[in-house]
Amino acid sequence: MGFFLETVIGGLMSGMLYSLVALGFVLIFKASGVFNFAQGAMVLFAALAMARFSEWLPALLGIDNKVLGNLLAFAGAMVLMVVVAWLIERLVLSKLVNQEGITLLMATLGIAYFLDGFGQTLFGSAIYKIDVGLPKDPMFLLQNVFEGGVLVNKEDLYAAGIAATLVVVLSLFFQYTSTGRALRAVADDHQAAQSIGIPLNRIWVIVWSVAGFVALVAGIIWGSKLGVQFSLSLVALKALPVVILGGLTSVPGAIIGGLIIGVGEKVSEVYLGPTLGGGIEIWFGYVLVLFVLLVRPQGLFGEKIIDRV
Amino acid sequence: MIYRENGQFKTSYRADQQIFPITQDRTAIAALLLFAVVGVPLLADEYLFRAILIPFLILALAALGLNILVGYCGQISLGTGAFMAVGAYAAYNFFVRIQGMPLIVALLLGGLCATVVGVLFGIPSLRIKGLYLAVATLAAQFFTDWAFLRISWFTNNSSSGSVSVSNLSFLGLPISSPLSKYLFCLAILVVFAWLAKNLVRGHIGREWMAIRDMDVAAAVIGIRPVYAKLTAFAVSSFIVGVAGGLWGFVHLGSWEPAAFSIDRSFQLLFMIIIGGLGSITGAFFGAAFIVILPIFLNRALPALGDLIGVEISTAAVAHSELMIFGALIVFFLIVEPHGLARLWSTAKEKMRLWPFPH
Repeated sequence: MGFFLETVIGGLMSGMLYSLVALGFVLIFKASGVFNFAQGAMVLFAALAMARFSEWLPALLGIDNKVLGNLLAFAGAMVLMVVVAWLIERLVLSKLVNQEGITLLMATLGIAYFLDGFGQTLFGSAIYKIDVGLPKDPMFLLQNVFEGGVLVNKEDLYAAGIAATLVVVLSLFFQYTSTGRALRAVADDHQAAQSIGIPLNRIWVIVWSVAGFVALVAGIIWGSKLGVQFSLSLVALKALPVVILGGLTSVPGAIIGGLIIGVGEKVSEVYLGPTLGGGIEIWFGYVLVLFVLLVRPQGLFGEKIIDRV
Repeated sequence: MIYRENGQFKTSYRADQQIFPITQDRTAIAALLLFAVVGVPLLADEYLFRAILIPFLILALAALGLNILVGYCGQISLGTGAFMAVGAYAAYNFFVRIQGMPLIVALLLGGLCATVVGVLFGIPSLRIKGLYLAVATLAAQFFTDWAFLRISWFTNNSSSGSVSVSNLSFLGLPISSPLSKYLFCLAILVVFAWLAKNLVRGHIGREWMAIRDMDVAAAVIGIRPVYAKLTAFAVSSFIVGVAGGLWGFVHLGSWEPAAFSIDRSFQLLFMIIIGGLGSITGAFFGAAFIVILPIFLNRALPALGDLIGVEISTAAVAHSELMIFGALIVFFLIVEPHGLARLWSTAKEKMRLWPFPH
């Protein structure tokens, strides 16, 4: 039982991390109808910027304080992500208005390639460390209930906490600020939003910046866990089934989808893996999604898809 | 002036319905084929065959298959690599396990297995649409990646996980030199291109296109979505499976599942987007573009660096390759979202009127 709980908790934690990346997908899809394949590349780009800025900026300014250095690096990386968002809107999206979904999808794949190459040209392609002071030591919970207790990685716990905070903040931002309301309006209907005077271009820059911010946070957490390297951009592939499972348009869906897939992956790997030959984590999420979609084609929390002729 | 169809009157249905109704098209295609069969072998060296021509032919075949599914039937698939892998590994098993199995039969049987898997993963398309379907097809990709890596029966229990074939022959002729490989792939590609062209202009092709343009409306006028979508999946995966078999058998010789990874799926999707969705010629243009571009950049960038006196490292070349590739894709999508094939047909339209545009 203790072991089972440990697996489930481990799954919940990694699920939270998937949701972080998935959140970026959902934000952009909601506001611009673009399925942003570049989210993984943005995570990598942001993490690279963060890792390198936290080396360069303190050295440049002669600051010895680690917290201040990290804060500066965070601000620098955030500015960079806003610039990236602005450039994407200017150079790509504004030119592809009213194109079909698949064209936009391909365009974001192009952006992903570009960002992968550009980030590594700019910041180098070695493995870098991000150290924002997340504690690495494991801890044991419920030691008096089970023998040996339940092993929980403290770093994961912090990461899950940060992810949860981010979700709450974003929900509040979407629900209670005027910008958030504008974002939701654009998401509902581009033309109607534009006709009542919401500037579409600015909204898109904001959305991509917010997605950049989410990518930055995801990049920092994943980066301090795994190290910043090219494979970081592949977390997007892990987050895809999460987005689809939760529904492309639902923020809570991204979170719950992430938790379901995180737990499912870990539990199936531990209990089914030995009989099937191991490594089933790679496809578990996707196959699960396939079956869920057969029952609910719009994902668990997506808006119902209505066909009109 | 040169390219005009007036004066070419058709007197029978047969003549009216041929693939290339315009005489100039017919001669151009015949000349092109003649050049591919006779001219290219005289001109090309071994490097050209191995690095460009053979990959181009095989990937063009795969792109052709994918274009039937995505371009004609409108079902986005990100699992092409998986169907290629199924084709390749199934052909391998037929080839190795059955004594005296001819190469071409093994390849076609591989294609049939890919068809079965394709239809199986195509069933969700009856309920799932658009981007949701795209992600659902990724399930095929990751599942087959895993299956061919972990289930040793598929790889004939080879210890390293990679499989290899040798002693290929076709009708008693050995297929070992680059030239013979080239001609073999060319022959298969021509046959499949001809079949595909006839399929898409027949009634089944029209059903696919109706489903693509608006599936509800198509269903209302009596097209069965189940039948249309699943045939598109079947035909597409068959062609893609054969292409996968060729890629493994003829181009690589020995391969592991990584040869058919998700990058391959993206690459093929790029080909048909850049080449032109819903066009047979587009598959060829796209394949040529995507095969040649990295090789070109690989050569041109260091040369360019020398020119301005900067040493460009291999890593920098690889990264700028990614950048230029990504930028070009975006550029093409912005300039011509309908791909190179549309540019080509625009040029043809211009040529018909030239030099008197009015």
